[in-house]
Amino acid sequence: MSEPLRREDVAHVAKLARLILSEDELNRFTQQLSQVLEHAHDMNSLDLANLVATAHPFGLVNVVRDDVTRPSLDHDVVIAMAPDAQDGRFAVPRILGEAP
Amino acid sequence: MSLTNGWEMVVGLEVHTELKTATKMFCGCANSFGSLPNTNVCPVCLGLPGSLPVLNARAVELAMAIGVALHSTIAPSTFHRKNYFYPDMPKDFQISQYDLPINVGGFLDLPDGSRISIERAHLEEDTGKSTHLGGSGRIHGADRSLVDYNRSGVPLVEIVSGPDIRSSTQARDYASELRGILMATGASDGRMEEGSMRIDANVSVRKVGQPLGTRCEIKNLNSLRSLQRAIDYEAHRQTVILEEGGRVRQETRHWDENLATTSTMRVKEEADDYRYFREPDLVDLIPDEAWQARIREGLPPMPAERRSMLGARLHEPSDSLLGAVSVVVDLDLDAYVSSARDAGVPAELALPRAANELATDLGGLSNLSFEAFTATLLMERSGELSPTQAKSVLAELLASGGEPRAIAAKKGYEQLETGAVASVVAQLIEEHPDEWSRYRDGDEKLAQFFIGQVMKRTKGQANGKDVIAELHAKR
Repeated sequence: MSEPLRREDVAHVAKLARLILSEDELNRFTQQLSQVLEHAHDMNSLDLANLVATAHPFGLVNVVRDDVTRPSLDHDVVIAMAPDAQDGRFAVPRILGEAP
Repeated sequence: MSLTNGWEMVVGLEVHTELKTATKMFCGCANSFGSLPNTNVCPVCLGLPGSLPVLNARAVELAMAIGVALHSTIAPSTFHRKNYFYPDMPKDFQISQYDLPINVGGFLDLPDGSRISIERAHLEEDTGKSTHLGGSGRIHGADRSLVDYNRSGVPLVEIVSGPDIRSSTQARDYASELRGILMATGASDGRMEEGSMRIDANVSVRKVGQPLGTRCEIKNLNSLRSLQRAIDYEAHRQTVILEEGGRVRQETRHWDENLATTSTMRVKEEADDYRYFREPDLVDLIPDEAWQARIREGLPPMPAERRSMLGARLHEPSDSLLGAVSVVVDLDLDAYVSSARDAGVPAELALPRAANELATDLGGLSNLSFEAFTATLLMERSGELSPTQAKSVLAELLASGGEPRAIAAKKGYEQLETGAVASVVAQLIEEHPDEWSRYRDGDEKLAQFFIGQVMKRTKGQANGKDVIAELHAKR
């Protein structure tokens, strides 16, 4: 059995995801997420020693497309999706830090 | 600049280059610089729910070409999601290769003979471009940011060097040589001023022979000059801290070109804060041997090889000629030089004409055929054109095209036959008996007088050497 999920872990993940959780929510999600993880841990009962990790069940590799342009969306359609726009750009609240 | 007092700097560079593809990395939107904002965008690169990425084959091939040029091993690779919140990435994650990059290891040899190891060269997507509005126009004090997603999803290769660089000059040489390689592979246009090649520098200092010190990462250096200045500044800053008994804090720093300083941008986050995990919408990339071989065979000669090909035929490779070789390769003018050389023009003439005359008007190259360049230099070589006249014919060819002989004729550059020069000289001797006798008595200054008179009378069409020969003959 792996280590149980701690409350601090959930608080950390919530912080990274910019979620503000109350104490009650933190307790509830810790318990719920623990159950999800336990479910995944059922896999440990299988002998997987000879298998490599994979991200999906398909045997496909090298799925690529030709480098050929396709029409983009109309600018009006794009800007209509923006919560706010200025000079043809998406306007967002001021950014405090630089991009990572 | 190098450090004093037994200190040395240890520098590794991360070079990001946008790939010269027609479309973005995971969608068919045009990859083009300078379009109107948010016109090359679609559900994939805007991160709209339900959209799915499909990898651009050309981006893979250019990444492999970079790997081959850097002597890397092309390896089976995967894509990850790098999760972070920032409006330049509307999905809230960037797709990037992580623990399994397409190119592993390798090296780059610099013109000075030093070798810099390459750790990896991996594929990732570029982010959108933010413009920060507000008081200062810089990030601090901005109250609104505007985002253009045209760049979001443009394919990038990030080339990570080993921590092998020991001076800012070497860093600059590495970046410059790498830029030449990226352009030669066709992967990049190398336009640093347009942001298509951007450099982050990891800088630390230590006493020679000691273990590595704590490093700082300087972000987004977008010219070779900034790179060199920022590294010098940062190494000096760290040395001062350590000499005063302080400790260097590991952090990301921002280079301010105007202030010529670096400043704290943010204290380095833990790598796992990005919660990298495999991108489930993309499958593994495992280029087979045939695909790799096609890339390998299609790769043109790299700058180092081109320099040695151009330099090999020089009888006396002076610094200025070797400098011309570098310029010719940097500006991709090799074909002019080699076609002139193949037609019998010495490299000693073709190299400076290409490196000096052609380099001043690169936009005009479309007007200048290899044949016209060669023909002009052959006329100069035979004495039909003086060096000044040949340069002027080249300038005219670059400006508006045409045929060298016709341009020379139009400019009145057709030189007189030696016989005609002789008769003009004879006439002048008759008209200026005093000057002639002084010249015969050994007053060499008078040679210039006669040359000047001949040129005046022939409207500059006489060859100076012919005039001198004639004066000597009659003396």
